[in-house]
Amino acid sequence: MGAPGQPAGHTRHMHVTREHLVGISGDLTALTAPEARDLLVRRQISATELAHAVLGQIERTESQVRSFITVTADEALAQARAADVALGGSDPGATPPLTGIPVALKDLFCTTGVQTTAGSRILEGFIPPYDATVVARLRAAGAVFVGKANMDEFAMGSSTENSGYHPTHNPWDVSRVPGGSSGGSAAAVSAGQAILSLGTDTGGSIRQPASLCSVTGLKPTYGRVSRYGVVAFASSLDQVGPFSIGVEGSAMVLQAIAGADPMDATTAPFAVPDYRSTIRDGVKGLRIGVPAEYFTAGMEPDVERLVREAIQTLTSLGATVHPVSLPYSEHGLATYYIIAPAEASSNLSRYNGIKYGLAALDEVDMTRAMDATRQRGFGNEPKRRIMLGTYALSSGYYDAYYRKAQQVRTLIKADFDNAFASVDVIASPVSPTVAFKMGARTDDPLAMYLSDVCTIPVNVAGLPGISVPCGFDHQGLPVGLQLIGKAFDEATLFRAAFAYEEATSFHRQRPPLAEQADSEASVNQAAMGAGNAAGGPQRAPHA
Amino acid sequence: MTGTHHAGTSPATDYEVVIGLEVHAQVVTESKMFCGCSSRYSGAPPNTLVCPVCLGMPGSLPVMNRTAVEATIITALALNCEIPEFSKFDRKNYNYPDLMKGYQISQFDLPFSQAGWLEFDDPANPGQMRRAGITRVHLEEDTATLKHVRDSSGETYSLMDVNRAGVPLMEIVGDPDLRTADEAGSYLRAVRQILRYLGVSTANMDEGAFRCDANVSLRPWGQAEYGAKVEVKNMNSFRSVVRAIEFEMVRQRDILDAGGRIVQETRGWVDDRAITVTQRSKEAAHDYRYFPEPDLPPIITPAAEVERLRSLLPELPDAKRHRFANAYGMTSDVADTLTQTRALAEYFEQTVNLSDNARAAANWITRDVLRILGTTGAEIDQILLTPAHLADLIKLLDTGTISVRTAPEVLEEAVNTGSMPREIVQQRGLGQVSDTDALTTAVADAIASNPKAVADYRAGKATAMGFLVGAVMKATRGKGNPGLVNELLKQQLDG
Repeated sequence: MGAPGQPAGHTRHMHVTREHLVGISGDLTALTAPEARDLLVRRQISATELAHAVLGQIERTESQVRSFITVTADEALAQARAADVALGGSDPGATPPLTGIPVALKDLFCTTGVQTTAGSRILEGFIPPYDATVVARLRAAGAVFVGKANMDEFAMGSSTENSGYHPTHNPWDVSRVPGGSSGGSAAAVSAGQAILSLGTDTGGSIRQPASLCSVTGLKPTYGRVSRYGVVAFASSLDQVGPFSIGVEGSAMVLQAIAGADPMDATTAPFAVPDYRSTIRDGVKGLRIGVPAEYFTAGMEPDVERLVREAIQTLTSLGATVHPVSLPYSEHGLATYYIIAPAEASSNLSRYNGIKYGLAALDEVDMTRAMDATRQRGFGNEPKRRIMLGTYALSSGYYDAYYRKAQQVRTLIKADFDNAFASVDVIASPVSPTVAFKMGARTDDPLAMYLSDVCTIPVNVAGLPGISVPCGFDHQGLPVGLQLIGKAFDEATLFRAAFAYEEATSFHRQRPPLAEQADSEASVNQAAMGAGNAAGGPQRAPHA
Repeated sequence: MTGTHHAGTSPATDYEVVIGLEVHAQVVTESKMFCGCSSRYSGAPPNTLVCPVCLGMPGSLPVMNRTAVEATIITALALNCEIPEFSKFDRKNYNYPDLMKGYQISQFDLPFSQAGWLEFDDPANPGQMRRAGITRVHLEEDTATLKHVRDSSGETYSLMDVNRAGVPLMEIVGDPDLRTADEAGSYLRAVRQILRYLGVSTANMDEGAFRCDANVSLRPWGQAEYGAKVEVKNMNSFRSVVRAIEFEMVRQRDILDAGGRIVQETRGWVDDRAITVTQRSKEAAHDYRYFPEPDLPPIITPAAEVERLRSLLPELPDAKRHRFANAYGMTSDVADTLTQTRALAEYFEQTVNLSDNARAAANWITRDVLRILGTTGAEIDQILLTPAHLADLIKLLDTGTISVRTAPEVLEEAVNTGSMPREIVQQRGLGQVSDTDALTTAVADAIASNPKAVADYRAGKATAMGFLVGAVMKATRGKGNPGLVNELLKQQLDG
């Protein structure tokens, strides 16, 4: 199967060229998803060369970043070849919207035939016999899966240091964490190891690593995206969402994965709007709420400054700013740390070695084998949360903890409802701090939990939230702006975030590590230039 | 309810026995409770009716089976329960290898129904009914099955079959209103009959489709508080339920009589030894840590939906029994027999409609049809003799086409071949001879060849008439219409 692109200089139409978009370096890993789509459809590049570029970037940078638990190079190339066949047809523009675009999947999405660990040793060797709905939908949309991204074990953590396999490093400073729990997915997109990725967000696990790695990350409304086939952490809070360079890529992914799923009774039966059709509508007249409670003590001054500057930028684009109050958000963290562990303690009961994954086969007795499997297979954080959750649900404590937490949850939600009566979006920081040093919070769970103080209330209320890059602190570390929307109003979030990103250039800045690879990458990229039927790196550069 | 006391049959006469039953009944549905797998696992090879959902694979989610929910609500309505508008599923957390997810999806504080009642035959007063409260009817999922094996080398291991996991299971929790083991048996039969009438469960105990746990306690007569409760499990027949309760009553009475106290615990019935043994003490009891199932939205059942389901209720056994007794003028025993199952009752009523002879239909069914079912082991809807056949037979009798003496032969042929009685009579020439001319000859022959009998008759001996009728019947090989033969004989002898 050959790459069906047009030879350079022989494009039939006067469209944007490969050089125009990719630049002299020819680094395809720097492409945004809409750019890649454009080039693929116009046959300026082939899916195979794009896959090679991304896999090459993984090969060059993975030892420093360690974004992946599993890299599926062979599968990716096979999918890319199939994509090229589709794109080589008479109407490449009619191919599914993500055809040939490399995507990394957090390792808690079940993938047929590919190990899915949820970052835990207890699921080592588990090969799902089925695809998560979101995986099936991305597959149907033509995506090329490059691998399974690292994560905090069972999505419990904010640094990806709790992975049962290895920590992931922040591409902007490999001595720092990428955030978590979807740290691998964020780092992979940041480092150009994938054009897009998929994560999950239970208390900030998409937005916080997006912020710390300077990529766009969206946590959709609870019920917007199916959770079927997503290894569960906290069922009433978990939600699947995309990472991308640039807002449009996230819109493309959400478009592909959103909507009711007969396999998930908690998905909403609402129609999914065409996100990209309104993304360029601007923010004139958009009412932005700013909650004082989200600019807390303990927030780094640079973070606060950059977020306030970002809000200022939005007003300069025609938005208006209004103070709003979310007093109960203060109790978000406490509420979350009752509800999430309670649900997790139940969700994690199924891992007992009887059916899949690790099994303590040396134990003779059935009950002891189940106990030993759990003792050996779970890391400290899942154990901690299983204990917290079990306690909170125990008879005699249920009313004081779980029931009370659900009541506070209602109040937190009501706060947002009140605020959204007078504003369209709410702006806040994502994380009170920039990426912290690896190991800095591993011995202090509470400090780790505080990483998510600004994102957790959004999950508790079930609302959509997006993190967009809004600058760099004095050390050059990324900061993200959080925009929170009304339920099922992701379209407005995309519109506001896109307007902001159009007015700035933070999202186009790459970590040096990704760029360092470019000199090497460009050789290969150029060698795989459009029209190269083999798509391999064997030819000399032509530029 | 307070309950009347039936101390006569109780082996624990110094105490009042308090019994409450929990019945689990598998709901008949095409698919399982929360996935699309077939729930007809009986006879299927192990682990063939499974999918990620019922296997409890990571990431799998339950989706509710509406048919099972409706079956539960219909059952609850038949048990006179209230149906709350708002209901939900909860997770019951405990660890056992046969539980795929480490929790069972069940219902805790907001079940589909509550506060109903059931009337059942009072075993101490035949013909009288007793009423027991129904606490609730709720829905949950069944577990996988474990088989513990010991191989030839003596090593033990367990085999698991996940086919049963996720099959919908209805739990009918009864109030502690039963006072004797026999009442428990009667109550169970009433529950089973209703489930079968509704068609919501096969309610076969030997297949595990119907299970019963008994909560048994004793208290001194007149005491308001309940005594310490013992839950008895592992009974696998109606008989073992009754025996286990009887054993438990005596065991508890003996302990109390000896000055001991009853330990609240779970005990298991050991059928071959006819005893109960400790399974789990109260201290070791599970804390199930119930909480609302976050993967399933709450279920709203508007009043209109309740009424729609109520309209689907068939006539229930009790009502049918009363109607049969009144409308057809039958004894309560016969009405009881004919309403055993909904299918038998329908068979009866169809036969009545076609034959217009309820008494004959009842007789034939209670005597012959039930005997056929008993000897063949067939269900009423499986035999070749349909209500149309039986009605045909009854009409042949009522019109005098056949005699009572030939009817059994016709019936047997219809049962064996499925031919209509009318055709059998025709083919075999079994019709009664009511042709006056043909019979007149036979009568004349009988008079001519039996002068002694004729003389006796004329001398006033009544038995002589019988002899002459017999002679005519013999000559017509039993097909002569006996009434007509009598009439003709009298005409010729007296005329």
